[in-house]
Amino acid sequence: MNQLVDLFFTFARIGGLTFGGGYAMLPMLQKEVVEKRGWATENELMDYYAIGQCTPGVIAVNTATFVGQKTAGIAGGIVATLGVVFPSLVIITVIAAFIQNFSDLAIVQNAFAGIRICVCVLIFNAVIKLWKKAVIDKSTLALFILVLIGSTVTDLSPVVFVFIAGVVGILLKNKEVQKS
Amino acid sequence: MMLYLRLYYEFFKAGLFAIGGGMATLPFLYDISDKTGWFSYAQLANMVAISESTPGPIGVNMATYVGFTSGGVPGSVVATVGLITPSVIIILIIAGFLNAFKDSKYVESAFYGLRPASTGLIGAAGLSVVMLVLFGDTSEGIHVENVSIPCVILMVILYYFTARCRKTKGLHPVVFIAASAVIGVVFHFAGV
Repeated sequence: MNQLVDLFFTFARIGGLTFGGGYAMLPMLQKEVVEKRGWATENELMDYYAIGQCTPGVIAVNTATFVGQKTAGIAGGIVATLGVVFPSLVIITVIAAFIQNFSDLAIVQNAFAGIRICVCVLIFNAVIKLWKKAVIDKSTLALFILVLIGSTVTDLSPVVFVFIAGVVGILLKNKEVQKS
Repeated sequence: MMLYLRLYYEFFKAGLFAIGGGMATLPFLYDISDKTGWFSYAQLANMVAISESTPGPIGVNMATYVGFTSGGVPGSVVATVGLITPSVIIILIIAGFLNAFKDSKYVESAFYGLRPASTGLIGAAGLSVVMLVLFGDTSEGIHVENVSIPCVILMVILYYFTARCRKTKGLHPVVFIAASAVIGVVFHFAGV
């Protein structure tokens, strides 16, 4: 029981003190999980992280579930995950309620008009960063362009594109293996 | 009640199909906005900024925010739990046979296709924010004369400092978001 409480509060602290999610969380995880508590080794943490990146969902959540599961089984996985999202729930709800009440003020509207420009640039930078790992040859370039255009001009759900891309990935790779 | 079930379902889908971290949930949020009208594209862009400027994983922050906007405090809890449910289930299953998963050829080749697709989806979502910022309401066609020059200038300057300038590009996004807010207020970017 104590261990579950400990898991919850440790991951709540990690969630509440890291800005920027996934990647920003790694140093904090190393300190709290590996050095202080010994819940996982450095190598295990890196494995969890790598798998967290290539499984669906938020990387921080995936890593929390892994560490919790390893420490205290399924209950541990669930408790650690609830811990990591708890600060977000509280902080965002408070801010959202606050902004909802003040959204008519000119100063708030002007501030957000400026902020939205920054959001464009931040998303653009994120795409460039992902691009470097994802678009590595002609086939992946073609997939990127097709999905970009397809998702812009149609209102198909992203689910459709993700599903097709996964299947195409497997088919393309298998063809390569057969050729060589 | 229907609202909460729908929220849970939509975020469960996002959690299951968003691959590659926080930003990957973005296209799903645009999809929810299109289908339900619970919030506008402009509101969504504001939520992205706040999610980047507050502690916690960005994907979780965005889910909480969208949930709150759509259905109050219970909405924020339902959306967040919806988002993390698939992760928890998948990871608990994978944890059982970690090494087999790590070395699986199928997983690797699926991701060969999934990564560029996920990047394309985020790119398309980013494009809708750019259109909104540059042209405003485009439901009645794109009007080039609507483009505000100060917006374009700020965009170029921000790109320089976030991606090009060595001294500033490592800074946390919250710095640029705060600076943009100040500039927006000083130069009346919303025109009010």
